[in-house]
Amino acid sequence: MKERMINMKDVNLKKTLLVIAAKINGKRINMKAVNLKKTLLIITATVTLASHAVAQTSVRIGGLATLDGPFVVLGQEAFRAMELAFEEANYMAGGKKIEWIKESSDGRPDIALAKARKLIEQDKVDVLIGPMSGGEGLSIKEYAKSVPAKTFVNGFSAAQETTLVSPSPNFFRFSPDGAQWQAGLGSYVYDAKGYRNVAVVSGDYSFGYTQVLGFMTEFCAKGGKVREKIWAPNGTKDFSSAIARIPDKVDAVYVMLGGADAVNFLTQYDQSGAKAPLIGGSNLLDQTVLSGKGPFRNRLVGIPSAHMVADGIEDAKYQNYVAKYKKRFPDALSAPSAPFFGYYIATKAVIEAMGQVAGDLGGDQAKFRSALAKVKLDTPAGSVSLDENRQSIANNYVTEVAQRADGVLYNKVVKVVPAVNQTLNQPRDAFVARGVPSRDNPSCP
Amino acid sequence: MAEERHVITTQWARRSLAALALLAYPHLVPEFWVVSIGAHAFVLGIIALSMTFLAAYGGMISLAQMATAGVAGYTLAIFSAHAANTGASLPDWPWAVLAALCAGTAAGLLIGAIAVRSRGIYMLMSTLAISMILFYFTQQNTEVFHGFDGFRGVTIPSVAGESLRGPLATYHLCLAAGVALYALVGYLAKTPFGLAIQGIRDDPQRMASLGYCVALHQVMAFGVAGFIAAVGGVLSLWYNGGISPGSIGITATVNILIVAVIGGLGHPRGAFVGAVAFVLLQNFAVDLVGSDRFNTLIGFVFLFIVMASPDGVTGLWQRLRHRSAKVKAGGIVTQRL
Amino acid sequence: MKLLLLATLNGVTLAALYFIAASGFTIIFGMMRVVNMAHGSLYLVGAYLGHDVASSSGNWFLALAGGAIGAALIGALTHALFLDRYQGQDLRQALVTIGLSIIAADLMLARYGGLSYQFDVPSFLYGSTPMPIIGGYPTFRLALIGFAFAVYAVLWLVVQRTRFGIMIRAGVDDRVMLSALGVNVPLVSTLVFALGACLVGLAGVIGGSALSIAPGEDGRYLLSSLVVVIVGGMGSLGGAAIGALLIGLAEQIGLAYFPTYSIIVSFVIMVAVLAVRPYGLLGRPA
Repeated sequence: MKERMINMKDVNLKKTLLVIAAKINGKRINMKAVNLKKTLLIITATVTLASHAVAQTSVRIGGLATLDGPFVVLGQEAFRAMELAFEEANYMAGGKKIEWIKESSDGRPDIALAKARKLIEQDKVDVLIGPMSGGEGLSIKEYAKSVPAKTFVNGFSAAQETTLVSPSPNFFRFSPDGAQWQAGLGSYVYDAKGYRNVAVVSGDYSFGYTQVLGFMTEFCAKGGKVREKIWAPNGTKDFSSAIARIPDKVDAVYVMLGGADAVNFLTQYDQSGAKAPLIGGSNLLDQTVLSGKGPFRNRLVGIPSAHMVADGIEDAKYQNYVAKYKKRFPDALSAPSAPFFGYYIATKAVIEAMGQVAGDLGGDQAKFRSALAKVKLDTPAGSVSLDENRQSIANNYVTEVAQRADGVLYNKVVKVVPAVNQTLNQPRDAFVARGVPSRDNPSCP
Repeated sequence: MAEERHVITTQWARRSLAALALLAYPHLVPEFWVVSIGAHAFVLGIIALSMTFLAAYGGMISLAQMATAGVAGYTLAIFSAHAANTGASLPDWPWAVLAALCAGTAAGLLIGAIAVRSRGIYMLMSTLAISMILFYFTQQNTEVFHGFDGFRGVTIPSVAGESLRGPLATYHLCLAAGVALYALVGYLAKTPFGLAIQGIRDDPQRMASLGYCVALHQVMAFGVAGFIAAVGGVLSLWYNGGISPGSIGITATVNILIVAVIGGLGHPRGAFVGAVAFVLLQNFAVDLVGSDRFNTLIGFVFLFIVMASPDGVTGLWQRLRHRSAKVKAGGIVTQRL
Repeated sequence: MKLLLLATLNGVTLAALYFIAASGFTIIFGMMRVVNMAHGSLYLVGAYLGHDVASSSGNWFLALAGGAIGAALIGALTHALFLDRYQGQDLRQALVTIGLSIIAADLMLARYGGLSYQFDVPSFLYGSTPMPIIGGYPTFRLALIGFAFAVYAVLWLVVQRTRFGIMIRAGVDDRVMLSALGVNVPLVSTLVFALGACLVGLAGVIGGSALSIAPGEDGRYLLSSLVVVIVGGMGSLGGAAIGALLIGLAEQIGLAYFPTYSIIVSFVIMVAVLAVRPYGLLGRPA
């Protein structure tokens, strides 16, 4: 209630300061001017109050994604997703009009924090949807702990620790984490492809460790061996020497690289004459790589991978979703990407929960949050619900790259793993006891 | 005599007014502005002050100041008992802060020892390379520095039971640090050490022939700058609630350069002027050019300032006020540049 | 043994690319004492423009020409408009080029987006060449060595055997005297800058074919050119070649044998050279 009243103490203080300032500068005090300024201040305050009163019939949703830095394409997808979700709801949620405020970060946690602060404290958003990348997610989660009266819904960040270690009660993640994205792949390549001995090439940072954990947990449990792990530091462009380190007698190479790195690696791998087949981490074969043009495309067909969505899902609901994307955004990618899906279901969840509480954000949003925690989304890629840490339980799709009649490459679904939880459907205590993923964890030489 | 007294009185009057304005600021603006603009500007300004100090009084441009601040920040994060995922922790936070300040100053001295072997543009590149080494090291080392993710969950500690986390407390902490360091720099400039540094800036050969050890003085200057940057690093860690390699990478380093240049490399107050301008642009450029093109805007502002007024905004201001061609300190720095 | 051979070859071929990119930088500095911090932006601009030409014409050699000429034009404009007026103030010129590089990076991001692009290299340059011990090695990377030699030869001829080259060498020694002899020094300076930009634009297309084009490449190649030229000596072509070899080998052998900290090695070398022998291995004092 305090913020609703015009603070006359402030206004009078400002008036006093003006008088003092004028006196020091030796000018004659123009009391008319001073009083005019005082009136203007009161008017501005009233107008702000009025707009704030109007704002009660609308809900402010902030969107945070990376339109700067290396993840620009993902950021564009993110905002397209939010736009589509809002349009499908006619910009209404729980009877209130949706006001959408966007902010852009560049992938760095400090910047994400600054932008989140701006959205929450300056733009006064009620709900913040985002961020995009893992490091930003950890930073936003910590910030969320200091703003218990607002709600934060993850966009696409996939670091495991965000919800597994010291979670925040107002941070919700409807998208699976990086390890969940690999569920099913380890057993698939062991059983269906017959690989027994695999080398790993991955980016040397926590998302890489997480994905490798997701793959190796299943692969090693089946009896597979990973004798060589090659970690490429962030910023590596030339992977030739990393490729040189791949042992000669491996059945396959598991590659956890994304974006420009993926394109570089695939080209260099192709040119090096290496013969071993590849296994893809989630980013290796995403839309940006499959849509790319270059000689490396020859090697792509048949590479298995896994992710929370796949453009090859044949379900009618999913095809409908893809068609909607293509129609609404004809100049975007050839099919909606994973970040698009992540932000899309996050926004849908918020709108759904708002509907369930009829837009009631009172009581520090307590009702809204308990509704949000119980939301069961029926998404184009299957059902999504939350566990006790507000982390997503969702389907995962194992894929292989295939070519359509018109030459377009896509990820054909070969196996669906239903309802994967954060501990990869293994006993929680044992899973957590193994510790956070790192260069040496897990290990099965 | 009467004129002198008038000048001193006016100076004190202006300073009191400034003090009053800075103290009253958090009560006059919406809450977002207190920390995210006010405190943030001071934190950035302190780190930029370390660069401006070296440039204005030492005639040396160092791109390693952000990295030095990062050394202090990382030291504090590693020792901080409040960090969510940390190794060692010292018994009390004041010891951790002390360790951080010592580490930052030591880093400044070490960097100075390497950097002063070059002059001008070579020193720029040497300090840039040192910055890159520190950046990649913190990114690659997972045992101590936690690699790419860095540290999160660090919170401002409480003093005598009072938490410093509230916006007012944070703002006043940063304000106090900024004012203290600004006064320190002003005081140092008038000490024999400060005068020696300025003499070395203007004519190193003459100073050497007078018996001054040029390299030693320059390294000490880097040490002072290291201390200033260390304070900035500690405050920055608390402000961001954490630290990661991205905090000291190429973008962050160039941002400090932008802040210092826009404000004006000729006088320490330029650091804070530049910081305010930068923070305002960063927050409100969205409304001017849309969230995508902030970098173009800041690039243009930077370019314009470098071309139109090498002393930055403070230089422009002083020229407009005095209507003279060159201001003493700024003019000499321009010639040096 | 195989790993060592591969790593060495990787280092030498990477060095060839670094040399082509750094050659422009060192010539500009040698003649005009300008440290062009927008060097990486010219690399990226050359790469993107070359890619545009390649997409519309389908010819890789035209793309080479397009990238080189496009970068040369932009370089000439940059010098004439922004740098010539600050002749003699090298720190200020460095700051101006930093500002230009920030703007250029953002504008290119706006125009070309965040996707990474590749070139369709002519088929006789693509694929794998059989080699003893290691089996096969990418043909294009071997071609890089050829390109580097070609660039070195052409530059050497221009500098040592043409009138233009005489003017460049005279300008390095005594700019004022050159002007007194009636040479239009600002024009020559702009032409030299254009030559340097042309070389780095060429490097952009070549690098884009060997690796790829993406935002962020500008920073990478600026830093690598800085390191190469500092180590080899500002203004020395032979120095750039030696510097490139040193840095390329250090990076690739590092990546092969101790990858975690290999990325730091080139910067450590740069700092060491600046501290111990600031003019580099083959450079001369200004």
